[in-house]
Amino acid sequence: MRGRAGLVFVIVVVVLAAAGPWLIPYDPIKQDLPMRLAGPSWQHWLGLDELGRDLLARLALGARVSLFVGIAVVSVSAVVGTLVGAIAGYLGGVVDLSLGRVMDVLLAFPGILLAIALVAVLGPSLGNVVLALVIIGWVGYARLVRGQVLKVRELEYVQAARAIGAPVTRVLGRHVIPATFSTVSVQATLGMAGAIVAEASLSFLGLGVQPPTPSWGTMLDAGRSHLFDAPHLTIVPGVAIALLVLGFNFAGDSLRDRLDPRG
Amino acid sequence: MLKYALRRIALTIPVLIGVATLVFLLIHLVPGDPAQAMLGDTAAGSDVEDLRARLGLDRPLLVQYERFLRGLVAGDLGTSFRYQTPVAREIGQRLVPTAQLAAAAVLVSMVIALPLGVLGALFRGRALDRVATTMSLVGVSMPNFWLGPLLAILLAVKLGWLPVSGSGTLAHFVLPAATLGAALAAMLARMTRATLIDELRELYVTSARARGLSRTRTVVAHALRNSLIPVITIVGLQLGAVLTGTIITETIFAWPGVGRLLIQAINFRDYPLVQGCILLIAVTYVTVNLLVDLAYAWLDPRIRYQ
Repeated sequence: MRGRAGLVFVIVVVVLAAAGPWLIPYDPIKQDLPMRLAGPSWQHWLGLDELGRDLLARLALGARVSLFVGIAVVSVSAVVGTLVGAIAGYLGGVVDLSLGRVMDVLLAFPGILLAIALVAVLGPSLGNVVLALVIIGWVGYARLVRGQVLKVRELEYVQAARAIGAPVTRVLGRHVIPATFSTVSVQATLGMAGAIVAEASLSFLGLGVQPPTPSWGTMLDAGRSHLFDAPHLTIVPGVAIALLVLGFNFAGDSLRDRLDPRG
Repeated sequence: MLKYALRRIALTIPVLIGVATLVFLLIHLVPGDPAQAMLGDTAAGSDVEDLRARLGLDRPLLVQYERFLRGLVAGDLGTSFRYQTPVAREIGQRLVPTAQLAAAAVLVSMVIALPLGVLGALFRGRALDRVATTMSLVGVSMPNFWLGPLLAILLAVKLGWLPVSGSGTLAHFVLPAATLGAALAAMLARMTRATLIDELRELYVTSARARGLSRTRTVVAHALRNSLIPVITIVGLQLGAVLTGTIITETIFAWPGVGRLLIQAINFRDYPLVQGCILLIAVTYVTVNLLVDLAYAWLDPRIRYQ
């Protein structure tokens, strides 16, 4: 039930992001200063922002940013993390020890602290946000896959492949890594929620997407100055973030239950 | 225990050196010349040269690294570009407000989570449990940069009960502490519910009830006490998230702590101050994790022998 609800939330946002410009008859960048801060109405369902721009149109464009960051960060992190984790777990020894120390250092920075630091020095932009989130994101996948590989490499079919002389790349690519796909897919679904919140947090702090491109985080930041006179500026993007995050969390939980009935 | 503690501390040292190295390298990731970036494009060449020399950026990388590490050991984090004062002093002045906010957030989260978790466990599957579970799910999904402004709209703007921002009185603590503690409260409520449900199945609970103890006394004096060990562990492990959360919470509520200082330093391109704040938060996180591990090993001897 929760999984379906989560999927519905995600689909609604995907449709909004994909078809927004055709469904909403307003330009998300065009300003209408006399109408600034106007509340929801029949013309503008979610109201107008501090520069008189349609909030629904900006929400749709912001959805593209959120989904792009989520997909880019999760896909690159998952691929890098899976490869590194598989190599560390399968080869063991010095390789495992060295990669383990690198992961320990990256994990010593709580949450998005390292991403904040990296974007602070690299400069605020969408590309740097993705880069910073990948640098902190791959470690989680690597840890997860390493643990799985330690178990899988002892299984008989993997031992058999090694015994007949299959090269390491073939054993890893054909037998070991595919066995970790289900765990990685659950982590990736939950990781979408994490990446979206992280991007919104960075944009909220002024370190993400730069104006006039709308991002849900920058929209929330702009709303902070209008808590008294236009609370809808804060409420609208916040609800959007919370629903999308809830959607991916529900979908991830449901996927985990399906893939691991013992859980 | 001593052997375990020494081994655990020895494992932490390379991590701390790695953290320091990464923080040192941060300033070298600035595109172009860091000194030029700090002063702006219009700065005179002599000023840029002067700042580069003051930051030590004109020396070989290894010399800079050695100087950085020596400074750290002596408690010298460099000089703030914006304030022209030692970074350690600037951070030191803001440590107490951040520690107070983090402690208040943990306190608020426990005050919210424990009753919710207990109600959920006692009324498992009933309406009250569903309300408590839904509240904790909502709490987990609400990012603090949204919850903060929402609470401000409701409790400060609409109802006028609390100040919107600033610090100084107990009332100033409520909104930032609630914002920072909400996610932890949601997590702790779920944990308390789950562990209490397990404890209530134990034989000693049945025995206590059979001896005529009231349900409330059995739960509060026996079952809840035992179910608190994993809950307290979660508090320790989540302190890192609380520390990172202070960056956003302090920015929202203009709280004079290290998190807000970090964002101000980023906006002013005060890289020595950025490095200092990042280093402090990371080292605090590593140290707290070390202490939690040691405390857990002390409480549960099985961990020492693994």
